[in-house]
Amino acid sequence: MSEATEAYPAAAADPAKAERGQRSLWGDVWRQFRRHRGGMAGAILFLAIVLAVFVGPSLHDVDSQALNVREKNQGVSLLHPMGTDNLGRDMLARILAGGRISLAVGVTAMLLSLFVGSVVGVLAGFVRWLEGPLLRLTDLFLALPLLPLLLVTIMLFRDTLRAMLGPETGIFLLIVFVIGITSWMQTARVVRGAVLSVKEQDFVLAARAIGTRERRIVTRHILPNVLSPIMVSATLGIATAIITESALSFLGLGFPSDFPTWGRLLYDGVNYVQINPSRVIWPGLAISLTVLSINYVGDALRDALDPRLRGR
Amino acid sequence: MLNYTLRRLAFAVPTLLVISFIIFALLDLAPNDPTGNLPLTIPPEVREEIRRSLGLGEAFPIRYLKWLQQFMVNEPLNLIERILGIEIGNSAERLRVRSWVTRSPVVDLVVERLPQTLLVVGMGYVAGILIALPIGVVSAYRQYSWFDQIGTFVSMVGFSVPTFFTGVLLIVIFSVHLGWFPSIYDTMHQVTHLPSFWVQVRQMVLPVAVLGLYNAAQLSRFVRASMLDNLGQDYVRTARAKGMRERVVLFIHVLRNSLVPVVTVIALGIPTVFSGAIITEQIFRVNGLGQLLITAIQGADIPLVQTLTFIFAVLIVFFNLIADLLYGMLDPRIRYE
Repeated sequence: MSEATEAYPAAAADPAKAERGQRSLWGDVWRQFRRHRGGMAGAILFLAIVLAVFVGPSLHDVDSQALNVREKNQGVSLLHPMGTDNLGRDMLARILAGGRISLAVGVTAMLLSLFVGSVVGVLAGFVRWLEGPLLRLTDLFLALPLLPLLLVTIMLFRDTLRAMLGPETGIFLLIVFVIGITSWMQTARVVRGAVLSVKEQDFVLAARAIGTRERRIVTRHILPNVLSPIMVSATLGIATAIITESALSFLGLGFPSDFPTWGRLLYDGVNYVQINPSRVIWPGLAISLTVLSINYVGDALRDALDPRLRGR
Repeated sequence: MLNYTLRRLAFAVPTLLVISFIIFALLDLAPNDPTGNLPLTIPPEVREEIRRSLGLGEAFPIRYLKWLQQFMVNEPLNLIERILGIEIGNSAERLRVRSWVTRSPVVDLVVERLPQTLLVVGMGYVAGILIALPIGVVSAYRQYSWFDQIGTFVSMVGFSVPTFFTGVLLIVIFSVHLGWFPSIYDTMHQVTHLPSFWVQVRQMVLPVAVLGLYNAAQLSRFVRASMLDNLGQDYVRTARAKGMRERVVLFIHVLRNSLVPVVTVIALGIPTVFSGAIITEQIFRVNGLGQLLITAIQGADIPLVQTLTFIFAVLIVFFNLIADLLYGMLDPRIRYE
């Protein structure tokens, strides 16, 4: 999606020349990032969602689990800004609570997949004898039918893990693990490509010439230089993980109803679409806006981190 | 080319074997018991008998090899027999992969569900391609125009909004409020005359729209990027300099060259027609392959799940191969050594 920067050729052509002399790499990245209107809008929206989800409960102080059957299926009111569900639980509180879990799943699964992907990518790019096997492994994972396998794994291991670790932690760990372990392939490929080009550079040769150990070369010289592709896949990874988690929850194989995520709230709302369509619209909107904003941020980051596009 | 094809095929076979092993092992090592739902009054020796009748009596490697033989040899033979109407060997004695729940051969279930999936989901994919092509072409040709800006935004929204939300949203708007289209797909419906054909069209509109929009959002970006790559090339200027009409330049020269990567992307996406439609089929209650998988998973029908998942894997590997070969065939610059 590098097209998005092409939309602002004029902006890229007038770099802030006046500030030359005291520019840092991250300053440049930030300057380029700010030029991307979609990216800025996305970043603000995403921060707003994160803020709402974490600070919101202290402003909207309603228990998301409290039942009140007398006030079931209500519409918008001052007391319940998003209405109530079929058991009279406040929808806004539930969406805020669900958002915390959805975001937590997204970020944790992304970290796991990022870790696996970076390790595989760096090893495949740096260690010659591991390259073949690791690339085969990546191809193999890319050929797996992921959604069916995710569903099957969760169906099979859900009860065992719940019994072992409790209903909430068990399902959380299971879902984060299966999403993370099945979404590292793109990161690995991108990182390997970056490592291959970086390790041929002269400064790596220089480091080797002064006797730097291999491990030190990787951590000190290779990793910082492949950080940009890793950051971009990290951003997009959150979006994918949130979508995957909601899809699993939507198929009834994700989080339980008393410990809901946005996907689960949507799934529960589908049966009440005729009575109360807002039960579907709010969680769906939350997922869509979050993913959209993250995708825009990822887009802008990719352009900002690309040295060919960054302010000359 | 032939050499390359053979090498790719030779690599596809071990890949599939490993995937089949992963799927089989994952399902088999999982902690669950097919007789767990049966009444507790059944004595243990009868329970053991039931387990043996389900094919669980033997050790894991033997079961795996047997399943492999059933899937790779027996079922294809049965299919050939059915299509050609001939009998190869002793077909009545041949072991088949059977569902634990319905006790019927798994392949029969798949064949039963395949038409619905192909019709609805395949149509969604075709619709997506048909929408994506013109949008991609126009946004590349008029880069930075308002059409392009809107197109970029819409496609960003299109693949950010998950299909389970678009689907439900369309149901809320078009079935609940406006009442134009049914929200549930009726598989029993038979097209016999014109009015019933309309009923069929109306019930297909929503699922096809959901899938079409989602696919179009992803594909149109590809078409646009590929068109932009080609529009800047020297041969385009040459064609214009020769005095060719703009239409000829655009559609004969640029579009044809731009379609090379697009075709491979389309081929790569075909497996998702089958497996990615799980969600759409669930929303609109289409009883296709995806729905079969979900019911099988919920009913812990292990053989059915194993076979379906493996079929999806076979499709992915197969279409990856097709995409690779197509790319080599369509683009003469690519030479496989």
